[in-house]
Amino acid sequence: MDLPRLETILSRYEGESADLIPVLQDIQDAYSYLPKEELHVVSERLQVPLTQIYSVATFFKMFSLIPKGKHQIKVCTGTTCHLKGSHRVAESLSHRLGVEVGYTTKDMQFSLDTVGCLGSCAQAPVMMVDDKYFGRTTVDKVPKILKLYK
Amino acid sequence: MVWKISDETAYDTLGDEVRLTINGVTIRAPQDQSLLVTARQNGFEIPTLCYHRDLPSEGQCRLCVVEIGEHPRTQIVNSCTYPTQAGLVVQTHSETVVQSRRIVLELLLARTPKAKLIQELAAAHGVYESRFKTDDPEELCILCGLCVRTCREVVGVSAISMKGRTPDKQVATPFMEKSSACIGCGSCAFVCPTNVIPYTEKDGIRTIWGRDFELQACNVCGNYIAPKYQLEHWAKITGDPVETFCVCRDCR
Repeated sequence: MDLPRLETILSRYEGESADLIPVLQDIQDAYSYLPKEELHVVSERLQVPLTQIYSVATFFKMFSLIPKGKHQIKVCTGTTCHLKGSHRVAESLSHRLGVEVGYTTKDMQFSLDTVGCLGSCAQAPVMMVDDKYFGRTTVDKVPKILKLYK
Repeated sequence: MVWKISDETAYDTLGDEVRLTINGVTIRAPQDQSLLVTARQNGFEIPTLCYHRDLPSEGQCRLCVVEIGEHPRTQIVNSCTYPTQAGLVVQTHSETVVQSRRIVLELLLARTPKAKLIQELAAAHGVYESRFKTDDPEELCILCGLCVRTCREVVGVSAISMKGRTPDKQVATPFMEKSSACIGCGSCAFVCPTNVIPYTEKDGIRTIWGRDFELQACNVCGNYIAPKYQLEHWAKITGDPVETFCVCRDCR
């Protein structure tokens, strides 16, 4: 376990139970997943039962208990995007990357997920790679977007 | 009317007495006490599945719904989480309420078609079959969360919790592994309304949540009392030595 790395994250917070989600978010960003040993340490430090951490970690889609790829691809499947054909974008991505939705490519480069809503309905269908939004995506645009990250 | 304190409430934590109407009857009850308790204390029957008087209400089962407000501006709320307030007009068995409860029961019946408790409760409300799809015909858990709350609030160890979100939500130990926090007390299995938590006892070993617990035999009569971990947990909370608890209740 990389304790100094975890300490850096924990030192940014007061160590109260209310800091749980921000701490988990930082760990998720730094490690690209939530390692089990680290969660045990977080549980002790924040005085939050491990059960509650597990509950939170499995409830939110932004957290993962298994390692995620270098780039996170999120395809919006909210109502507007769904109507605008986001499932075709997801299908195309899945086909081009060779992974099913919810999984990570073998080379650990891309994780493909669908999410509820990205809050950008005006640009439907929307997809996100890491922090960047791609609005009005079409199946044609998928290879161009992927090329930016390959 | 003489106010009778029921054992269901911690009276000193409640506010002043207020007047409200339940099913057309004016009653007096302490402010902020849950509507469910107020109604039950005054003899109005409200069915529940996830309510337990020793645990904080979470409003999971939605069976305790009541209608508040006056026609046509009424509202359906969970009586177990809604506070008693002055001037409230409450209906516990209006048409809307009964219909809501039937739908809740239909959904529960679709989830756990084999659970006896749900079948009986549904039948009592005139629901015999469900229009909804059943995912797992063997499912018995209604996700009321009583086990999780008991473990956290009463036992005080928090060894189990809800995992994931619907439709894959389930009660689990962290990482679905043997929980080191569990003391094997079996309170979760005891409180479970549908008896879904597996638990066996054989030759002085209790198995629950995938972990084996050695049972302590009474120093006097030799009958098994409880898992050793549980006695140690008691010793830790009370500050008494473990040996104090190694004699069963009958032999003390």
